[in-house]
Amino acid sequence: MSTLVTPVPPAERQGAERGAGAGPGRERGLAWLAAPALVVFVAFGAIPLVGVLLLSFTTWDTLGTISVTGLESWRAVLSDPGLPHALWVTFLVMALSWLVQTPMSVLLGVFLAGHQRYRAVLAVFYFVPLLLSSAAIAVTYKALLDPNFGLGAGLGIELLAQDWLGEPHLALGVVIFVVSWQFIPFHTLIYQGGVRQIPRSMYEAAELDGAGRIRTFFSITLPQLKYTIITSSTLMVAGSLTFFDLIFVLTAGGPGDATRVLALDMYKRGFQANLMGHASAIAVILVLVGLALALLLRRIGGGSSSASQLDGA
Amino acid sequence: MEPRTTTRRAFLSLSLGLPLGAALAACGSAGPGTAAGGGGPKATYWYLSQQPAEGVRRRAVERFNKANPNGQIAETTFQNDAYKTKIKTAIGAGQAPTIIFGWGGGTLRSYVQAGQVDDLTPWFEQNPQVKDRLFPSAFGAATIEGKIYALPIERVQPIVLFYNKKVFDQVGVQPPQTWGDIMDLVPKFNAKGIAPFSLGGQSRWTNMMWLEFLFDRIGGPEVFQAVFDGEKDAWSHPAAIDALGKVQELVKADGFIKGFSSITADSNADQALLYTGKAAMMLHGSWSYGIQATEGGDFVSSGGLGYLNFPPVDGGKGDPGNTVGNPAQYLSISSKATAQEKEIAKKFFATGLSTDQEIDDWIATGSVPIVKGIESKLAASKDAEWLKFVYDIASNAKTFGQSWDQALSPTAAEVLLDNIAKLFQLSISPEQFATNMNAVIGQ
Repeated sequence: MSTLVTPVPPAERQGAERGAGAGPGRERGLAWLAAPALVVFVAFGAIPLVGVLLLSFTTWDTLGTISVTGLESWRAVLSDPGLPHALWVTFLVMALSWLVQTPMSVLLGVFLAGHQRYRAVLAVFYFVPLLLSSAAIAVTYKALLDPNFGLGAGLGIELLAQDWLGEPHLALGVVIFVVSWQFIPFHTLIYQGGVRQIPRSMYEAAELDGAGRIRTFFSITLPQLKYTIITSSTLMVAGSLTFFDLIFVLTAGGPGDATRVLALDMYKRGFQANLMGHASAIAVILVLVGLALALLLRRIGGGSSSASQLDGA
Repeated sequence: MEPRTTTRRAFLSLSLGLPLGAALAACGSAGPGTAAGGGGPKATYWYLSQQPAEGVRRRAVERFNKANPNGQIAETTFQNDAYKTKIKTAIGAGQAPTIIFGWGGGTLRSYVQAGQVDDLTPWFEQNPQVKDRLFPSAFGAATIEGKIYALPIERVQPIVLFYNKKVFDQVGVQPPQTWGDIMDLVPKFNAKGIAPFSLGGQSRWTNMMWLEFLFDRIGGPEVFQAVFDGEKDAWSHPAAIDALGKVQELVKADGFIKGFSSITADSNADQALLYTGKAAMMLHGSWSYGIQATEGGDFVSSGGLGYLNFPPVDGGKGDPGNTVGNPAQYLSISSKATAQEKEIAKKFFATGLSTDQEIDDWIATGSVPIVKGIESKLAASKDAEWLKFVYDIASNAKTFGQSWDQALSPTAAEVLLDNIAKLFQLSISPEQFATNMNAVIGQ
């Protein structure tokens, strides 16, 4: 659920810098407003991060004393063939779930941006998966996909009675499907808001120029959604790095290690194998990968959000 | 502009204050209350919540608290997997309960090495009557380097080969007497569309039970003992390679239910496969009997459930009377507890556990308590035949091997379970398994 708590900086909102009365004096007067957020961030973000970094240079089994062992944990983690595998699985989940979620969310978002009543009703239904916890979703899908007592076996439909969570490729596919099913509503909501912010005048102008629906979609809607796509993609990518609960309940990383993503690998090493040093090293890698991806996405987006997309509107 | 600022501030304090407050409140209540509550000092005790065992444990604590109003026990229950994680974290954080429940072996050893549990050897010497009435075999997993760190409690849990008699009658075959019989039965059941064996493979320790028996039957208990003693390349023993290969042969012959690697034992789906007749046999802990009896309708009461000790392997060196599983459950005393709390815990150990009432309770759930001289009580039970079977296995076994994941350190156990899952997935060969496991010997 980390995607839900990742704050979207207000500066991302278009036109925020054009707000009235944003003089330097006024900013100083309001700086204390950031204090509560800063305290929470330092207490629950920065300090644990430093703690994890320090722990990665130690050996600790959670029971005895913490002993400093330099780079030993790092050497063990980096030389373990499990790490590149977990990285690859994490990347696959990230890339494939982005590929599935983005087109569907954009299309659904555009569709739901219309003000027709039936679309408002559908929007309510589309929203439902977002109200369920990941663990509940995983338990439900696990029961539905059970090869012996699940939907396929119950209805006698051969096609549905696959060994969904027991074959490595199928299990990965199921994970991506369930993740998408859970999070498409959230991203649809973002796109719906994005589409509604596009000035009507642009569509009217396009209509006068004789552009059809598809042409309007590709020439106006998509380019106007550029920053929405970047925001949504950042949330998807950063969120998929930390998928844990859903996969843990659904497959526990199995079969074998087919769905063992980095976050799951970290948990298993830390809390099941009692190797806190190793787990902390993986946590640091996770943070670095996440930061690198977020920076990369901002780069792709042109780096600065000050470039107005409303030129000529 | 002023009203707008106020609104924003109100919004901020709401949105930030709430989660912060909730988080702090959670911090405050997360630790177990070791402080004395109302009504004198209390020792804390955490145990597992699965029924019917939970009720037996609760009644034991209730009886003790009634008899000892000045030194009570405060109980907290946890689910099995949640407990295993929680207890490690709590001990590491200095928040352990007074009484630490566990399975002995490697985990207990890690507590001992960290100085987290008290040596109970002197206490057992002062209270010989406590030790003398329990199965001697139960003390093995409680003993680390000659000293006893835990009191064996509750019941003995050997792993047993269960089978569905109705399915065997329907197919017209006999229960297996040797490993060869097992391999012969596999195609016969598959031909009728019945899975030969049920298996909750996602839980991994379920697969491990197969290896525990095959290692023992082929090479004897010495093969795993060598691993336990940290001998170099112990997993490459020819008997070990043979056993690992035999399991893969069974997987390749479709010996296990379709989709076994996504079935969890915690959901009891593997048990359901046996009592619904979708699978013919299942290797599982003796606690399975109680689950089948409560969840399987009249399956057990109508005589549908058959059971036998794991059959011998032709040419194998191991004694077919040997068994593996949990010789007992164990209670230790936290070294961080106060003297008062420790006194209450010791009183509970001496007078509150394995009492006559608790023994009756365990027998009623279809379990054999770890207490000597209870044959007449077992014979009087409605499950007399089953209880005698378990009692005979436990008392006649020359070796009662402890479950591997409990015997080894948590670090080695995790690597073991991981490689077992891959072995059953056929993604590594027996030789690769041995190489991977040799790398963590002695850890």
